[in-house]
Amino acid sequence: MDFELSDEHRLFRNTVREFAENEVAPGAMERDKTHEFPFHLIEKMASLGLMGIPFPEEYGGSGGDTLMYAIAVEEISRADGSLGLTLAAHTSLGCAPFYMFGTEQQKQKYLVPLASGKMLGAFGLTEPQAGSDAGSTKTTAYRQNGQWVINGSKLYMTSGRIAGVMVITAKTDPEAPRTDGITNFIIENPTEGLSFGKDEDKMGLRSSITSPVFFENVRVPDDHILGTPGEGFKQFLQVLDGGRISIGAMAVGLGQAAFDAALRYSNERIQFGRPISDFQAIQFMLADMAMKLEAARLLVYQAAWLKDRGKPYIKEAAMAKLFASEVGEDVCHKAIQIHGGFGYITEAQVERYYRDVRLTEIGEGTSEIQRLVIARELLREARRAVAEV
Amino acid sequence: MNLELTPEQQLIRDTAREFAWRELEPHAQQWDEQDIFPRHAFDRMAQLGFAGMLVPEEYGGVGADTLSYVLMLEEINRVVPALGTVISVHNSLVCGALTMYGTEQQKRRYLPALATGEYLGAYALSEAHAGSNPAAIRTSAVRRGDTYIINGTKTWITSGASAEVVILFAVTGESDRPHDNISAFIVPRGIPGFSVGKPENKMGIHASETTQLVFEDAQLPADHLLGEEGQGFRIAMSLLDGGRIGIAAQGVGIARRCFDEATAYSLQREQFGVPIAEHQAIQFMLADMATGISAARLLLYRAATMRDHGLKVSKEAAMAKLFASELAMKSAWAAVQIHGGYGYVKEYPVERFFRDAKITEIYEGTSQIQRMVIASNLLKSLRGHTA
Repeated sequence: MDFELSDEHRLFRNTVREFAENEVAPGAMERDKTHEFPFHLIEKMASLGLMGIPFPEEYGGSGGDTLMYAIAVEEISRADGSLGLTLAAHTSLGCAPFYMFGTEQQKQKYLVPLASGKMLGAFGLTEPQAGSDAGSTKTTAYRQNGQWVINGSKLYMTSGRIAGVMVITAKTDPEAPRTDGITNFIIENPTEGLSFGKDEDKMGLRSSITSPVFFENVRVPDDHILGTPGEGFKQFLQVLDGGRISIGAMAVGLGQAAFDAALRYSNERIQFGRPISDFQAIQFMLADMAMKLEAARLLVYQAAWLKDRGKPYIKEAAMAKLFASEVGEDVCHKAIQIHGGFGYITEAQVERYYRDVRLTEIGEGTSEIQRLVIARELLREARRAVAEV
Repeated sequence: MNLELTPEQQLIRDTAREFAWRELEPHAQQWDEQDIFPRHAFDRMAQLGFAGMLVPEEYGGVGADTLSYVLMLEEINRVVPALGTVISVHNSLVCGALTMYGTEQQKRRYLPALATGEYLGAYALSEAHAGSNPAAIRTSAVRRGDTYIINGTKTWITSGASAEVVILFAVTGESDRPHDNISAFIVPRGIPGFSVGKPENKMGIHASETTQLVFEDAQLPADHLLGEEGQGFRIAMSLLDGGRIGIAAQGVGIARRCFDEATAYSLQREQFGVPIAEHQAIQFMLADMATGISAARLLLYRAATMRDHGLKVSKEAAMAKLFASELAMKSAWAAVQIHGGYGYVKEYPVERFFRDAKITEIYEGTSQIQRMVIASNLLKSLRGHTA
């Protein structure tokens, strides 16, 4: 066993960190206020090869691995949670479905420009009536004159209106029981019949775009089906398994930013004649924050490492996401507490981290869904063990 | 990054696992109920090499790495945590002190006997008034010619009644720097003036002895000084990291057993017409336990491998110990809760693990001491950066 990052990974982390500190962090507070989407940073990230880290170079990616990707999301989120989410959604949800299920032609047409950062990708699963129960999709697609006609709507699509292409789920067999008969479709933006509602006004992650999406007789040809018709539900579950690792990484990055701020502040802030870091009340919070962040980071890296080696990682990814997001929340909470009144002021930045990190307990499967996923895997293992005895 | 175990490490883990379930599990309940320390079980562990895991081969040990040691401890602690305590003190503290600070002669005299289990080791630092603050010990050692005369009482001594050799800390100086006044000694059982005090009646870890050690004008030959006079406090501090890794392994072992028992029970216990494992309330407890265990193991294995790479691990060992011990307690709580009324009776092992778990939050530095250690390391590195 060896928990040290390889030289390659360490170098990569330093590069991303330097970029994040110098170019991403300075405008983050302002963008949080204005909701302005930083297209210029997407361009720079593309030039650094950050928009398609875990995909092969032949498909426009950087030929890196999941661990590198997790490191990148962590470091970007440490500077700006909004951009961290944009990167995570683009990579895990926008690009990955093409890589996992696309034909060679679909990969060339869509994955290459996505992974090289020429356009953003998006993923449409959630609907007004289909959140945690993602299989109960109401969006439909039926065949007419050799084309598919799509009607319905999606909610909370990250980067929706600014995406060049999106993958969405639609029910293609209305007779099929619940999660069967769902198919993934590729929708280019713009397309006739595709429209977007007003950007959602959110608690945090305010310079990431969250769109309601509407499909009114959107027509696509057969080659816009991604993967196997009717297998859409299984496919997007696989997509989400990988996506969870990056949401865990995002929570670790935000938590780290909050911890760093709290540690620095506790050493500068004088009360009762000494730095408040001299008090056990503050020290104990710092100790717990650091310990939990380390544990969360190790869980994220573990899941990434397993995925990179082709080993089972579903349970570990859910654990990483669950643990890291709850730790992120807890760490940001304590960081504000250590800052006192100043922590409640936007200038201190920690209140932004707190608002941003809250989403990590909800997006890509709530904490409750993670616990169900983990328990399902655990009980499956336990039943198998009993059966073997 | 590489999270795989070597074949040697897997072999050690599997050997410990098989031994613990075959030879310890059948008696665990009885040892607990009757407060029996099974010396023969320690002897068997010694035969398997577990009593000298970290002792170099030239002194009769296995010379294994810290990670292998931790894997062994986890497996023993899944079955009888009390013996995990005994073997951890013996390896981390007693063998550790002698390996690191013993003269060649002292190592030759004691390490082979400890590694083969002929000797059981004990470690005597705490006193009635010196727990988290060990610099406040009062036991004295006064040199007269070739002999130290020792007076005082040590408390909470694991294996105190049975140990053949004790690493003892006593005050030898009177400087105004208390840390420089303490020395370490190797005390064989049977020296004049050394007796074993009353055994403690404890909440848990009943299959380990906890006694006082009493020194009344005890006479110890001067060549039994370990290290130099005045070095004792630093010796004690240097052993803490290893000791904490050992207790973190104990916490992980206890948590894993609690999880295993709770999972098995939840699959066979039916309420409302289905196994209770079907209920989200139970599933969520199991998911949280398993997630915590995975996190604790990573913290533990990281501290162990860093130590094997010769890195300083004070912060990492404290994090592993703090996290794993609090996880052990939480997991034991959840396991009893999932068992309901059956968790409260001794017919099911979780009752014992609940009592055993508590000690991991106390010894080798309370959770509060761990937080102080972590915080001081964090602040030190921050100030190092800004300086």
